Amino acid sequence: MGQTVFEPWNDPNEKPLIQFKGVTKRFGEFTAIDNQTLDIFPKEFFALLGPSGCGKTTMMRMLAGFETPTEGTILLAGQNIAPIPPNKRAVNMMFQSYALFPHLSVWDNIAFGLKRDGMSKQAIGDRVAEMLKLTRLEKFARRKPHQISGGQRQRVALARSLAKAPKLLLLDEPLGALDAKLRQDTQFELMDIQEKTGTTFVIVTHDQEEAMTVASRVAVMDHGRIVQADTPARIYENPNSVYVADFIGDVTIIEGTAKRAADGYDITFAEGQPALHAVSDVQLTQGQRCYLAIRPEKVSITAQKPEDKRNALKGKILDIAYLGNLSTYHVELPTGQIIKAQTANTRRLSRRALTWGDEVWLGWTDTAAVLLEH
Amino acid sequence: MRRLTWFNVTSLTLGFAFLYLPMVLLIVYSFNESKLVTVWAGFSTKWYGTLLRNEAFLDAAWVTVQVAFVSSSIATVLGTMAAYVMVRGGRFLGRTLFSGMIYAPLVMPEVITGLSLLLLFIGIGLDRGILTIILAHTTFSMCYVSVVVSSRLVSFDRSLEEAALDLGCSPMQAFRLVTLPIIAPAVISGWLLAFTLSLDDLVIASFTAGPSATTLPIKIWSSIRLGVSPEINALSTILIAVVSVGVITASIITKRSALRQQAEERAAERL
Repeated sequence: MGQTVFEPWNDPNEKPLIQFKGVTKRFGEFTAIDNQTLDIFPKEFFALLGPSGCGKTTMMRMLAGFETPTEGTILLAGQNIAPIPPNKRAVNMMFQSYALFPHLSVWDNIAFGLKRDGMSKQAIGDRVAEMLKLTRLEKFARRKPHQISGGQRQRVALARSLAKAPKLLLLDEPLGALDAKLRQDTQFELMDIQEKTGTTFVIVTHDQEEAMTVASRVAVMDHGRIVQADTPARIYENPNSVYVADFIGDVTIIEGTAKRAADGYDITFAEGQPALHAVSDVQLTQGQRCYLAIRPEKVSITAQKPEDKRNALKGKILDIAYLGNLSTYHVELPTGQIIKAQTANTRRLSRRALTWGDEVWLGWTDTAAVLLEH
Repeated sequence: MRRLTWFNVTSLTLGFAFLYLPMVLLIVYSFNESKLVTVWAGFSTKWYGTLLRNEAFLDAAWVTVQVAFVSSSIATVLGTMAAYVMVRGGRFLGRTLFSGMIYAPLVMPEVITGLSLLLLFIGIGLDRGILTIILAHTTFSMCYVSVVVSSRLVSFDRSLEEAALDLGCSPMQAFRLVTLPIIAPAVISGWLLAFTLSLDDLVIASFTAGPSATTLPIKIWSSIRLGVSPEINALSTILIAVVSVGVITASIITKRSALRQQAEERAAERL
C-alpha cells in the first residue's frame, strides 16, 4: 500500500514534540501528578481523558506554564520549558470558559496576541482575516463577545489561540459549554482545523466519546497517573486494566480463576457454570484470580444455543435499553451475574422476538473478551 | 401594577419625609427674600448673587475641589494596588492581618484618625495647609476604594489574565490591557466614592487644615456659628443640585447600558 499511516509513536526515528520525564506535581500534601513520563509527537491530536480531579488539567497547565513541576522535566522540542514564563512559550491555550476579553471586539480578541509580538499593522490584519475565514467568523469581526452565540464564542476562542501559529495548542474542555448537536459538529470542525494548520493539539476532556472521536491517541488518567496511552481503537479493544475498560464504553466484567489451556486460558467464574475460554497474551499463573472484560456488542443473544461459539451461557432477560439504533439487553445468569449484550436494530421493533423474562443464550468467540490481571 | 395599600402609602410618606423634609426646607429658604432664615418674606434669588461675590466661600470651594480631586486620585491608585495584592497575591505571611488592617480605618472614629494625623504632621514638622488635607483624605479614602475594587476582583474570572499571559503579555501588560479595563467601572466608582467622602469631610479636615487653606465644610461650619445666613442655604442648594445631577446621570447611564447589553445578548442567542 502506498498510503502511510500516521503513527509517529511507533517510529523510533521520530522526535517527540513534548516529553514529560518523570514529572511529579504536588500541591501541599496532595499529589496531582505522580512521576509520569509521556511523549507527544508533532501533528498529533492528543487527548488527556479522565474524571475530574485525575490530574489532566494539571498536565495541561504545566504545558501552558501556569504550573511548574515539583519534580522532573518537561521538554518542548528538546528544550526544558520550566524556566520559560507562559508569555514566552510557543504554546497557546484555549480556555474552558473561553476567557474572551469582554471589552474587545472579536477582531481585537484575535489580534491581541499578534499585537504583543510587534507585528506590522498590515501583517496583523492579514493574519486576523485568515483566522476569521478559517473559523467562519468574517461577519462577526466587529461584534463584542456578548453579542455572539455560544458556538461563535467557542470559535473566537479557537481563532485567538491559533492566531500566533503556536507549536502546540492546548484545549481545556473546549466543547463543554456547547449542546450535544453543536458539539458533534464542532468536533469534526476541530479535527478539520487541526489537519489544515498542522498544529499539535492536546485536548483535555472528561467525555470519552469526544476523546475517541477527535484524538489520534488518548491517555486515560486516574489519580495523577496515566493508566494507558494508546490509539482510541486499542484503548477500546485492548484495555490494559479494568479501570480503562470500564471508563471507555460499556463493558461487562466477570471475575474468575484462570487455568492454562491450549491457546489461552479457561476461566471458571461460578459454580455450575461452564468455564469461559479466552485467547490472551497475558501471563497468568495457574489458579490466579483474573477479570474478563466483554464489550456488549461482541456478545450475541439468541433463543437457541449458539453452535459456532465456544462461550455460551444461558440466562434470562432482565432489562432492555432501547436506544433506537441499538438495543442493550441485560441478561441475568442463574448465579445473579448480569451480562450485557447489544444488537443493532436492523429490523422493525415489531419483528423482534426477544422480550423481558425470555430465556436466552449468550455467546461470544474466544477472542471477543479481554483477559485482565486482578 | 399592584395597588398601594394604606400601609404602604403611610410608610412611604413617613420614610421620605424623614429623609427629605430637612433638605426641602433648606432649598425653599435659600430662595427667601428675608435675611432671617426662619421667616418667609417672598421669593428671591439674591442670596445666590451675594454668594458668587463672596471671595472666602469661593476660595474654600476651590480648595475643596482641589483636595477632593487630588486625594481621590491618589487613593484610587493606592487602593486599587492594595486590593489587587490582597485578592491576587496568593497566600503570604500576614495576609489576613494586612487585609484586616486595610479595612480598619473604615470603622475607626474620625476624631482619632484626625488627631493621629495631626500629631504626625506636627512631629515631622509639616506645615498644615492644602498638602496635609490631601494626605489625610488619601489616607482614609483609600480603604474605601480598596473595598470596592477588591469586591470586583473577587468575582473576576482569573482565566482572563491567564489568557492574556498566554497570548504574550507580561504580567504588567496583562493588568493594563485586560484587568484594568474590565474592572474600570469599580475603579471609577471607587474614585467617585473617595471624591464624595473628601468633599463632605469636616472632622479630619478640621484637624489637618491650616490657616492657609480652608475647605468648604469647615467654612460652612464656622460661619453658622455666627448665625445661619441664607447664603449658606444657597450654597447648600447648589451642592445638592450638583450631587443630584451627578447621581441621576450616572444611574441613567448605567441603566441604559445594562438594558442595551441585555438586548444584545438576547439578539446573540437568536443568531
